[in-house]
Amino acid sequence: MNGATSLVKSLESAGVDVMFGIPGGAILPAYDPIFDSTIRHILVRHEQGAGHAATGYAQVTGRVGVCIATSGPGATNLVTPLADAAMDSVPLVAITGQVPSAAIGTDAFQEADIRGITMPFTKHNYLITNPDDIPRAIAEAFHIANSGRPGPVLVDIAKDALQKETNFVWPTSINLPGYHPQITPDNGAIADAAALITQSLKPVFYVGGGVIKANASRELLQLAELLGAPVVTTLMARGAFPDSHTLHLGMPGMHGTVAAVTALQKADLLITLGARFDDRVTGKLSTFATNAKIIHADIDPAEIGKNRFADVPIVGDVRETISALIPALKKALEKNRPDLTPWLRQMYSLRSTYPLGYDAPSDGSVSPQYVIERLGKIAGPDAIYVAGVGQHQMWASQFVSYEKPRTWLNSGGLGTMGYSVPAAMGAKVGAPDTTVWAIDGDGCFQMTNQELVTCALNNIPIKVAIINNESLGMVRQWQTLFYEGRYSNTNLESKRVPNFPMLAEAMGCIGLSCERPEDVDKTIEKAMSINDQPVVVDFRVFRDAMVWPMVAAGTSNDDIMVARELAPDWDSQEL
Amino acid sequence: MSKHTLSVLVENSPGVLARVSGLFSRRGYNIDSLAVGPTENPLISRMTIVINVEGHPLEQVVRQLDKLVNVIHIAEVIDSKSVQAELLMVKISATPKNRFDVEAVVETYEAKIVDEDATSITIEATGDTAKIADLLSALERFGIRELVQSGLIALERGSVTLSERTLSTSGIPIANGVQADYQN
Repeated sequence: MNGATSLVKSLESAGVDVMFGIPGGAILPAYDPIFDSTIRHILVRHEQGAGHAATGYAQVTGRVGVCIATSGPGATNLVTPLADAAMDSVPLVAITGQVPSAAIGTDAFQEADIRGITMPFTKHNYLITNPDDIPRAIAEAFHIANSGRPGPVLVDIAKDALQKETNFVWPTSINLPGYHPQITPDNGAIADAAALITQSLKPVFYVGGGVIKANASRELLQLAELLGAPVVTTLMARGAFPDSHTLHLGMPGMHGTVAAVTALQKADLLITLGARFDDRVTGKLSTFATNAKIIHADIDPAEIGKNRFADVPIVGDVRETISALIPALKKALEKNRPDLTPWLRQMYSLRSTYPLGYDAPSDGSVSPQYVIERLGKIAGPDAIYVAGVGQHQMWASQFVSYEKPRTWLNSGGLGTMGYSVPAAMGAKVGAPDTTVWAIDGDGCFQMTNQELVTCALNNIPIKVAIINNESLGMVRQWQTLFYEGRYSNTNLESKRVPNFPMLAEAMGCIGLSCERPEDVDKTIEKAMSINDQPVVVDFRVFRDAMVWPMVAAGTSNDDIMVARELAPDWDSQEL
Repeated sequence: MSKHTLSVLVENSPGVLARVSGLFSRRGYNIDSLAVGPTENPLISRMTIVINVEGHPLEQVVRQLDKLVNVIHIAEVIDSKSVQAELLMVKISATPKNRFDVEAVVETYEAKIVDEDATSITIEATGDTAKIADLLSALERFGIRELVQSGLIALERGSVTLSERTLSTSGIPIANGVQADYQN
C-alpha cells in the first residue's frame, strides 16, 4: 500500500470516527483512501471551520478531534484553531499535506513551514517525509494529544511520503523518552492539602476547566459537600459543578459575580483544581487573594507557581487528586472540623445582595441578557451552548444555568471570534441527539457563518442565536467606559446588511428574526421545533447593554463594579 | 542577575533546537549561551544552556522546557561540582615589537597561537568563563580585531553520568527526576 492508505489505516486504528477537512494538492493522495474509509469525513467550507469543529467535537465527547487540510494556505488556515485549542487544552490532531520532500525549502507552490509556524502552540508536531514513519507518528500524536494536559498535535506529511509504497504496521507500544505525564498525585501532597484545609476558616474551591477535562465533576461534588465550602467555576469550568447547588457562588473573574470574585479575594485558602490563575480571573495579580494560602492541583507542572506561588502543589490528574483527597480529608475532618458557617453566611449574603441582573432597555427594545436567559430556560440544562467571543459570550456564561459538564463550550484562552458556529457544528456531530445552540454575536457570526452550508448539507441541525446589537459590542463597551464613547470602528450598523435570516436561508437554513420582547419565547420555541435543518435566529437587541459586574483590565478584583460607577456597598457587608 | 547552567538531553531529531530556542524566546527567557552537539548515544544530543533567570524562577524555566516532548532530561550543573569550558578564538594586532608580550600572555593562560602573519596573531584558548574573560582583558591592550566564542559546555565531576542517571530513572515521571536534579 502507499503512505496515504497507511495514514487512513492509522487514523482508523486510532479510533477516529469523524474528521473535518478540505482536500487540496499536497493532501490529495490521502483523499483517495478516505473515499473508501469507514471514517466520516465532513467537507467544511474553510479550514478554520474544520479546526473549530474538531474542537467542538472534542469538548463535547472528550475524544480527540481530527481535522485535515492541505499544505500552504490550507495549513495556515488551521493556525487559529490550533492556537485556540492549545490555550484551552483541547485534544486535537491536525493532519496537513506538505509539498514533496524534495521541494521543501524551495518556496514551492503552496509551501508553508507549518511545523515551524505551529511550534509555539502545538503540544508537539511532526514533519513526516518517510512513509514508514506514518503509523508511529499518528499513534504518538493521538497519545500526546489526549494524555497529560490535553492539547493539539499537528502531523505534516510530505506528498511523496503519501505516494510512496510502505508497509502498515500499527505500533504496539509508544516510546517517548521525554514524555511522562504524572497522573497519580503524590501522597505527601494530598496529606498536606488535607491538613491545610482543616486549618482554614475561609476556604474556596477555585475550579477550572481541568475538572471537566478529567471528568471529575462527580468527585468534585463529593469533595465540595464533604467540606461544605463555597465553589466558584471559571469560564472554562461552567458546568463542572451544578449552578443550582447551594455552595455554588458562580463565576469569578473580570465579569464574575460579586460573590465569586469576593470569595477568592477574601479567602484564607484557595483549593485550586485544574485552574491556572489566568489574568482574567486574578485581575491585578499582586492584589489577588492576598491572604490566601494556595493548594494548586494541576496535571501540568509548569502551571504550578507560574502566576502564583503554591503552598501545596499537587501534580496529577485532577480526578485522581480529588479521589485521593476525599478520604484524606474525611479522616482529617474527623479530628478537626473547622466551623465554616460564618464564612458561608458572608458569601451567601453577598450572593443574595448582588445577584446577576440587568435592566430592561429604556427604549422598549429586546434585552440581550433576556434573550439568553430565556434560551437557557427553554432549551434547558440538557442542551449544549456554544458561544463566540464578546458580550454575548459573557452573558451566555452568566445567564444560562449549567448543571452538567460539557454543555458549555467557548473560546476562553485565545478569545477567538468566529469560534461559535463551527464549534457548534462539531459539538452537534459529537452529540447528534442533543440540542446544540450556538449563541453568537453579529460580529463573530460574520467571521465563520459559511459553515452553516456544511451543516445544512450534512444533516447537522444546529441552532444559532445571533445576539445582534449591530456592534462589536464588547469593544464598544470598553469605548463607552474608557474612551469617552468614541466608537471607532465598532459600528456594524448597516441597514440590515447582511440580512441574517435571508443569509441563513441562502445557506440552506431556516432563518427567523425577533425584534420585540414579547416574541422572544415563541421564536425560541419555533426554533426548538425545527430539528431537520439548521436554524438561525436574528435577535435584534438593545445596543447599549453592558456586561456587569466588571473588573477593569489591569485593576484589582477589590475594585469590582456592579454597574457603571457603582461599587458594591462593602460597608454593609461583614467581611 | 542569576545565572544557571543547564544540561539538557534531547532527542536527536530535526527541529529540536528550534523548539528549545523558540520556547526561550516566546516566554521571554534570556539565554547567555547555548551549545549543542552529539553525545555518546547517536539518538541523543546534549545542550548546555547558560541562562539568566532574572524575573523568572529557574523552576518555571525548567518545567516549561520539560514540556517539550523531545526533551528527555534536564539537570542543573553546579559550578563547584563540574568541569566547564568554552572555546575562544581571537585575532589581535601584533607587531614584531609586541610579539614577546603577546606570547607571555598566551603562556600565562595556557592558550595557543594557531595562526600568525606580519600584522596579526590568532590565539585559541579553552577554559571556564572567568578564565576566558580574564584572557580577553589581558589581550585588549594589543587591539582585538576579531573574536569568536563557543557556548559553555560542562560535565559533572566524578563517575556518575547524566545519561546513566536518565536511563536508570526512565519510567519514573520526569517531573520527579527534574525536581531532584536542579535547585533554585
